[in-house]
Amino acid sequence: MASSIRVRATSSGDRTEVQALIQHPMDSGFVKDASGAVIPSHYIQVVDFEHGGKIVFTAFWGPAVSKDPYLKFTFQGGKKGDEMMVSWVDNKGQKDTTVAKIG
Amino acid sequence: MEDNSSLTGSLCRRSLLKAAAGAGVVVFASGAALLPAVADAGGDQSKWPKDAFDAKDEAAVIGALFGKSATPSDKVKLEAPEIAENGAVVPITVSSDLPKVTRISVLVLENPYTLAAAYLIPDGTGASVSSRLKLAKTTKVVALVEAEGGLFSAGKDVKVTVGGCGG
Amino acid sequence: MTRKFLAALVVLVITGRGVCAAERVDPAADLKAYQSSVQREFPNVKLKDFANGPYTMDEGMRRQWEEIMQFPPYDFAIEEGKELFATPFANGKTYGDCFPNRGIGIRQNYPYFDTKRGEVVTLELAINECRQANGEKALPWQVGKIASISAYMASTSRGKPIDIRIPDDPRALAAYNTGREYYYTRRGQLNFSCASCHTQNPGKRLRGDVLAPALGILASFPIYRSEWGSMGTVDRRFISCNTLVRAEGLPPQDIVYRDLEYFLTYMNNGVEVSGPATRP
Repeated sequence: MASSIRVRATSSGDRTEVQALIQHPMDSGFVKDASGAVIPSHYIQVVDFEHGGKIVFTAFWGPAVSKDPYLKFTFQGGKKGDEMMVSWVDNKGQKDTTVAKIG
Repeated sequence: MEDNSSLTGSLCRRSLLKAAAGAGVVVFASGAALLPAVADAGGDQSKWPKDAFDAKDEAAVIGALFGKSATPSDKVKLEAPEIAENGAVVPITVSSDLPKVTRISVLVLENPYTLAAAYLIPDGTGASVSSRLKLAKTTKVVALVEAEGGLFSAGKDVKVTVGGCGG
Repeated sequence: MTRKFLAALVVLVITGRGVCAAERVDPAADLKAYQSSVQREFPNVKLKDFANGPYTMDEGMRRQWEEIMQFPPYDFAIEEGKELFATPFANGKTYGDCFPNRGIGIRQNYPYFDTKRGEVVTLELAINECRQANGEKALPWQVGKIASISAYMASTSRGKPIDIRIPDDPRALAAYNTGREYYYTRRGQLNFSCASCHTQNPGKRLRGDVLAPALGILASFPIYRSEWGSMGTVDRRFISCNTLVRAEGLPPQDIVYRDLEYFLTYMNNGVEVSGPATRP
């Protein structure tokens, strides 16, 4: 099974643009299922992006972030072929990590 | 918000993450995407600002996150649609050319919990973030940018309607 | 004024028949009349752009779509579909053994009229029949794995113009006609037909949504709808549209739904496949 995290990172000059798409239900805890029972909240709380041993971006998320969440940001540094590590943890303590190459 | 009772020592995890990255070791949890990784990798949950995410209005979020009041600024750019095509997935971008931006937050005033997302911007990272948010209904969206000199904001109204094609 | 008149004329020509069962069904003429009326209504839209439905009709929606398309949420479904498609069945055969060209780049030919069995076969029906022919259980319709496989197969056809054939066979013409009738028949508490929205009011709002014209509407299936938070096939959409107008729907892959898909996809001939896609 593949990781839940997809990354598209591209360098141009001295800047690297990072886009990430993560497969996650991001249940808010406000939605009921067909039987009327509340679907408990289940959402990513922290996402960390690392490059060269340094955290270059951190996201703190709540249940208002959309399902299959997306992020885009840019940082200085990084070049084609470098590796980036992306990790998340959700409110149930579940986690995932992936390593992506900058293109 | 729920506490995470399976949280192991955050200090332990953070050190392991740093050591792993520093040593060039790949801590890779493939094959068991949603189960705790064998090597203790993952975002650091202990730094998640619980009080801010529990807040139910703008003032409470600002108090929990920043402890100072926000000044509207045209150097904070908030891009959001006028009419959301669907309140469940609204693309929003916050950017700023204020100097030394350290944090960006996005608030959705009519949501049950006001704070949607908060971002840490280390040195060398651009003051711009795009994401997709849930808007429960027609609302003002507020972007807060912490930069040198204080806390700055911009707001935009986004209409969220009942779709005709839903279901 | 002219547009309404033309639309009404097309509807009148198509539905204003007597009880005579031997009426000449002329799909090619219908197609020409329909597509030229829509192109006249939207002169600035290229044929292939009709596949983007509401995003071609409204600037605000288009910008949100472009944002989302930077990294579309259906990527996970395509990946899952690709893996499922490549995984052999217990008996060692694969989906490729059931389809022309091993199942790659064929989406534009579906649905087709199977002259041997005398009925319309949709892509999803063919996927499940492939499974059953090889000793596997059929997948549930509308969502999940079948939508992922359909998404993968559609992605291999991107850019190919839809090419639905209607053989010169009275059964095929009858299937086309059944689909056409269904499309133009009002139903449900709201008393809407498919045409009420997709032929008579494309580009206009239905509450918060912008309506897509029927032209191009199936070219981008299956779709990841924000409303669903997941993929859905054509029958998922037919069923939910019927729910919305408070009409009694039909079960997935019902023969009438297949005939409807046959008629509607034929009306999209020439529009390039752009599935899977995102929608509100």
